[in-house]
Amino acid sequence: MPAAQAEPFLRIEGVSKKFGSFTAVSDVSLTVEKGEIFALLGGSGCGKTTLLRMLAGFEDLSAGRIFLDGKDMAGVPPWLRPVHMMFQSYALFPHMTVETNIAYGLKHEPISKAAKQDRVREMLDLVQLTQFAARKPHQISGGQRQRVALARALARQPKLLLLDEPLAALDKKLREHTQFELMSIQQRTGVTFMVVTHDQEEAMTLADRIAVMDKGQVKQVGTPTDIYEFPNSRFVAGFIGSITSFEASVKGRDGDHLVLDVPALGAVQARDVPGLVEGQAVTLALRPEKLRITKNRPDATNVVEGQVKDLAYFGKDSLYRITLPSGELVQAHAVNANRGEDAARADWDDRVFLSFDPASAIVLAE
Amino acid sequence: MSKAYKTGWFDRKGWSDIIIGLPYVWLVALFLLPFLIVVAMSVATKTPTAPPFSFGGDYPLLNWEGYERVFSDGLYLRAFLTSVVNAAAAMLLCLIVGYPMALGLVRVAPAWRNILLMLVILPFWTSFLLRVYAWMGLMGKNSWFNKLLTDWWNFVVPVDWAVNSIPMMHTNFAVVLVMVYTYLPFMILPLYASLERLDTTLDEAALDLGSRPHQVFFDITLPQSVPGIIAGGMLVFIPAAGELVIPTLVGNSASPMIGRVISDEFNQARDWPMASAVAVALLVLMVVPTMLYSHFQAKSGGAK
Ligand SMILES: Nc1ncnc2c1ncn2[C@@H]1O[C@H](COP(=O)(O)OP(=O)(O)OP(=O)(O)O)[C@@H](O)[C@H]1O
Ligand SMILES: [Mg+2]
Repeated sequence: MPAAQAEPFLRIEGVSKKFGSFTAVSDVSLTVEKGEIFALLGGSGCGKTTLLRMLAGFEDLSAGRIFLDGKDMAGVPPWLRPVHMMFQSYALFPHMTVETNIAYGLKHEPISKAAKQDRVREMLDLVQLTQFAARKPHQISGGQRQRVALARALARQPKLLLLDEPLAALDKKLREHTQFELMSIQQRTGVTFMVVTHDQEEAMTLADRIAVMDKGQVKQVGTPTDIYEFPNSRFVAGFIGSITSFEASVKGRDGDHLVLDVPALGAVQARDVPGLVEGQAVTLALRPEKLRITKNRPDATNVVEGQVKDLAYFGKDSLYRITLPSGELVQAHAVNANRGEDAARADWDDRVFLSFDPASAIVLAE
Repeated sequence: MSKAYKTGWFDRKGWSDIIIGLPYVWLVALFLLPFLIVVAMSVATKTPTAPPFSFGGDYPLLNWEGYERVFSDGLYLRAFLTSVVNAAAAMLLCLIVGYPMALGLVRVAPAWRNILLMLVILPFWTSFLLRVYAWMGLMGKNSWFNKLLTDWWNFVVPVDWAVNSIPMMHTNFAVVLVMVYTYLPFMILPLYASLERLDTTLDEAALDLGSRPHQVFFDITLPQSVPGIIAGGMLVFIPAAGELVIPTLVGNSASPMIGRVISDEFNQARDWPMASAVAVALLVLMVVPTMLYSHFQAKSGGAK
């Protein structure tokens, strides 16, 4: 065996899809490891479904190649791919019962009838629908339908399961519950999941790794922490969580810190980003929870004064909107650690000081 | 509020009763009453009067002779059988020809769909009689169409079986052929309507789960189009079974269909009670399967 790097489970190599002159997916390259939950995250129309459909074999590639378990998928029709898809609309067969829906994919498996029945029973049990086995899809609830679709897709034991917005049709409460159920089912079956979602919280909760997409392109791939704490572009920083961003330019370096000239804040020290040159225009992005609010000037590297314009009290925490002397608004988040009246807590129109660590400041060149 | 405004006039002063009632009045006046008259005539007695039937007086109040003859005279039973066989053959052929056409209409690019749908309905713009006469011309012994078929037949069969021309006119084959031609749109349109509603992601789901395209058709498309098949089947079978004009023009008068028998009883034999009895029997023959179907539908109902 050559000592070459192990072939990843799924390798998407320079894949593009054009509909006429419109490019829905543009030069996407990704790798997914076996047993991973991988999320495709992006706004509406950014090409998530199109990418999934290419993986399932429903759309031809305009360019690029897809390798699954080392095998080139070019020319392999959907019915021969070890890839199953859970459709956004679930696509349950209305003329079949829950049980026959789940058993449908097993029709083509070269296993005995008894083994098929066992598999169906196992799947019904996995998604806790045994008592609904004889119902038709229109006789069960939306959450149950979602579970039937999942069981149907898992019954044939695919190598890769594609889930297109699996939770979008469920209400908020059920969605949170189902997220954990999905994760536990994934762990028990060991199947690699590729989940499409436009909900960043869902992606962060479910996924081991996330690919953030915009206009057909993958902007960043990484763990939820990578993506949240170390976004590589303004788009990713703004898409995941909330930020306040400032125009800035690189002034120089002080030790291992980068010094920025931010017109709205003055001089700011930030974690160094290699490759930036003096005078380069950049964006400084600050996350609300990384800002500390104090009534007295703190002893910190980066401090700026402001006035509380707005405050929303949520109980466990509060969200402040603070006007800077330059007139810009900054969002800051504060945890309400102490109970009751708190003299240290800022109130409407109070003059306050905002401070943040150099390590918390996100500097974006793109 | 806006809803009250829109429907206010409808609820006021019994307008709704009138609008909903009109179709009922229509049905009662133009279908139910005439039908009751036919039922009454079917138990009358034939007399040399005008109109040529009587009840009571010198004659029995209820004369069941017509029905007795319907079920005992071979002529009527044969006519019923011919009608059912011809209509069933026409229905099956319409289904076999029409299903692929309906499926094609659904699958074709939307820009083409309306044009093709119009082509399906286009024959209705020409007189029905004219079209039957055209078929008579085509099927006649000396037509180019018959010659072409004859040449082809003589080419493919052994020499002993060679013929001068193919006898098409005045056969049940001709009746079925022209009925298939005439009733095909009645099969295609309901099939199209039921196929058009189907969600194509279901087909993709089945492909995804390992079915090949032909398996997807039999597992997913066909079962879901059963209501369209039944509706189209009834729309072809029922008028075909009672068809009068086509068998009269191109059919075999030695084995008439039931429509021809009813017409002859009324016009030639002037036996109105007999004609009525046959008509009522035909109606029962047609209505019972229809009612069974709607009963079955209601039972499995709400499925969609
Ligand atoms: N068959 C098609 N023909 C032409 N354009 C298409 C086709 N399918 C998708 N598109 C276009 O490609 C783009 C990406 O579509 P896609 O369905 O992949 O988006 P998505 O990321 O799944 O969005 P959503 O979150 O709304 O589902 C869209 O702009 C869409 O209009
Ligand atoms: Mg989508």
